[in-house]
Amino acid sequence: MTAPLLDIRNLFVPLPAGADRAYAVEDLSFSLAKGEILCIVGETGSGKSLTAMATMGLLPPNLPRASGQVSFEGTDLLTLPASTRRKMAGSRLAMIFQEPIAALNPIYTVGKQVSETFKLHTDLRPDAIKARVIDLFREVRLPNPEEIFNAYPHQLSGGQCQRVMIASALALDPSLLIADEPTTALDVTTQAQILKLMLDLREKHGTGILFITHDFGVVAEIADRVAVMRQGRLVEIGPAAEVLAHPKAEYTQKLLAAVPKLEPRHARSGLTETVLKASGVAKLFTSRTVLGTTREVRAVDNVDLTIRRGETVGLVGESGSGKSTLAQCVIRLVEPDQGDLVISGETFSGLQGAALRAARQRVQIVFQDPYTALDPRQTAGNAIAEGPIIHGLSRAKAKERALDLLEAVGLDRSAAARFPHEFSGGQRQRICIARALAVEPQLLIADESVSALDVSVQAQILDLLAEMQERLQFGLLFITHDLRVASRICDRIAVMRQGRIVEQEEPAELFAHPRENYTRELLAAVPGSGRLISPASRTGNAGS
Amino acid sequence: MTRFWLIKFLRTVLTLWLVVTFTFIVLRTSGDPVVALLGGDAMPDEIEQFRQQWGLDQPLFVQYLQYVAQMATGQFGDSLRDHRPVIDIIFERVPATLSLGLAAYLMAALIGIPAGILAALRRGSFIDRAIMAFAVFGFALPNFFLGILMILFFSLILQVLPSSGTGTIWHFIMPAITLGTFTAGTLARFTRSAMLEVLEKPYMRAAAAKGVPAIKRILFHALPNAAIPIVTIIGLNLGQLIAGAIVVETVFAWPGVGRLLVTAVSQRDLALVQGLVLVIATTMVLANLIVDLTYGLLDPRIRKGA
Repeated sequence: MTAPLLDIRNLFVPLPAGADRAYAVEDLSFSLAKGEILCIVGETGSGKSLTAMATMGLLPPNLPRASGQVSFEGTDLLTLPASTRRKMAGSRLAMIFQEPIAALNPIYTVGKQVSETFKLHTDLRPDAIKARVIDLFREVRLPNPEEIFNAYPHQLSGGQCQRVMIASALALDPSLLIADEPTTALDVTTQAQILKLMLDLREKHGTGILFITHDFGVVAEIADRVAVMRQGRLVEIGPAAEVLAHPKAEYTQKLLAAVPKLEPRHARSGLTETVLKASGVAKLFTSRTVLGTTREVRAVDNVDLTIRRGETVGLVGESGSGKSTLAQCVIRLVEPDQGDLVISGETFSGLQGAALRAARQRVQIVFQDPYTALDPRQTAGNAIAEGPIIHGLSRAKAKERALDLLEAVGLDRSAAARFPHEFSGGQRQRICIARALAVEPQLLIADESVSALDVSVQAQILDLLAEMQERLQFGLLFITHDLRVASRICDRIAVMRQGRIVEQEEPAELFAHPRENYTRELLAAVPGSGRLISPASRTGNAGS
Repeated sequence: MTRFWLIKFLRTVLTLWLVVTFTFIVLRTSGDPVVALLGGDAMPDEIEQFRQQWGLDQPLFVQYLQYVAQMATGQFGDSLRDHRPVIDIIFERVPATLSLGLAAYLMAALIGIPAGILAALRRGSFIDRAIMAFAVFGFALPNFFLGILMILFFSLILQVLPSSGTGTIWHFIMPAITLGTFTAGTLARFTRSAMLEVLEKPYMRAAAAKGVPAIKRILFHALPNAAIPIVTIIGLNLGQLIAGAIVVETVFAWPGVGRLLVTAVSQRDLALVQGLVLVIATTMVLANLIVDLTYGLLDPRIRKGA
């Protein structure tokens, strides 16, 4: 057997004194062959990204030195002098990142940024470099490479920026490509294209790829082998098919079980009273360019939507499809241009001042990022009690309700006195849910409320939402880009595209017989759909 | 583009008009200029004649209209004291203030920005703490006090630098340091925080992953992105240049606009004060305009109006 391309032996990455554990990465060993794709899977804090950084020589300077061995083509990278190592970065080893737009410098054209790699590592003349860059852009299938060469990152989509990053990484034909969650920030259809591109490039150049992800769907699409990490340690490693089908470690089994599956359910029966009736909702965004011309975007285009008591309606679509704007119109954080909103029988649109503030009690929202959705200087208890107090409940009663709600969302009553930074992401999202439910809304909007969470936490929060809905019977408008999640909890799914609802159906029906081409594309792009879909869709469970 | 410039121009005119009106009202309601000029024991007919000569006998509103009309045609009137056109008096003094200001700014930028970068790169180290201590010292120390201290030390005790006046490069040193210390301190602080933010950005890590050497990463990837807050501070501090000049020019007997303003106010030379305030306001407005334009040069996202 030939020597592996990358061979990591007993890698330790220490954390600074005072951290919650001594090592971010502890006694890690694995190897990667030429032309192989190894996925490292793990949740937040598993040390998977730091493993990538240690290999690339990008560990933050505030961390103590890593120890162990990182052999790349027979040389131990950890013992190399910094200057030698820098020369290998970008030429022999390359890396792409999670947020493609943020990973490009906003003030330079993308052409210039890819050219920089050539300038640093070769003696090519500027015109030769430009020709090479345009060839690369063509290879990663960017449209109009000559034009894109002169474009700035903000003028490109996330998918295009990731293609630029890949072009930059492949510029000097590296033998190792490290990809740190390269598709996490992208839409499913874009993600599918990028994954396919990476498979093609591996085929053509024989590049070894170290692919960091938290998504088993992506693993199923792309990996030859999988390494599962937890709290800095390697839990399990093996061929992808084997690990996915017969995970040995208990943790891997737990992770796989938490992965949302495409399990389209039927709508619950016995739903009666309407809590939201939105008709003809429209929102037009206009922006003015420096030249004085106006650009119009129909973010929401004449949408009708009804939600009944105790029902969960999913709103799915790609970024820019208008699903968040629709939600913001429904709760009137964004003022719709047109349309009527009736919430539990009373008009909501057109209300002003005190009447609007009073009516806000009927509809609440839980946002995507639990880290920024809570005021860092407000205790959990005060955050929950604030709403009821504003709506006229006495202080003592509001406090009592806050404590009850904390318990109901699975936290301790003593949590009321603590500040947001003392909680984990999942716990914060529980507080956000308690805060939204404190004013006893008839309609709850969850805007990508589980997207920022690890899969195991995601599953818990989804269960919590379902349980609270069972008890309180609110209507739930659930916005997500993840069809797997939507298929699991929704009674009905509305597919949005370019501001319109193009199709609306109960999950079992929608997934079995999608009417629109666009819905079919979305379904086909779900990562791992070939392997991770459960064959039989669950039968509907009747609501109470 | 025409629209962009039109809006900028109209805003500039509006700002200047507000400044003109405000100074006019404040000056006319805060005491009789004639009494201040001629002294308390002037004869009544003398005063009356003076009022007529300068139009001060007209109703305030008429005076205001005449004044605005004058301004609009570019005439700032004559000084009440030495009867020369205000504009000439002011422009004699502008070069002195401008050269002192530029020297102070150059010094502030050359010290403050690199110090801020260094502090950010060595965050939490002894160097960082030392630089920040100096920065706080720089903007906490009142500049008249610093000026007097330096005169005491360098002019009176060591006798190596001239304590007042202009003429040689040596004359610049102490006033420029006195005027620039505040800005150097502020710049160091803001450069540090702007750099700290930029250094955390994913594109900095991406640049390192491409094998860009550290010095190039700092100069070509980080600094241009940190420049926007830095330019904002420089723009805001241009006001400090004039305000500071009033004190510094007085301490060092520097024949600039600042000292002229102090004299004009104490002598109630209405026309001169108004002219000076307008010139200073115009400088500020122009500085802001330059800052706005610089944003566009620095950041393509602002340039394209996106």
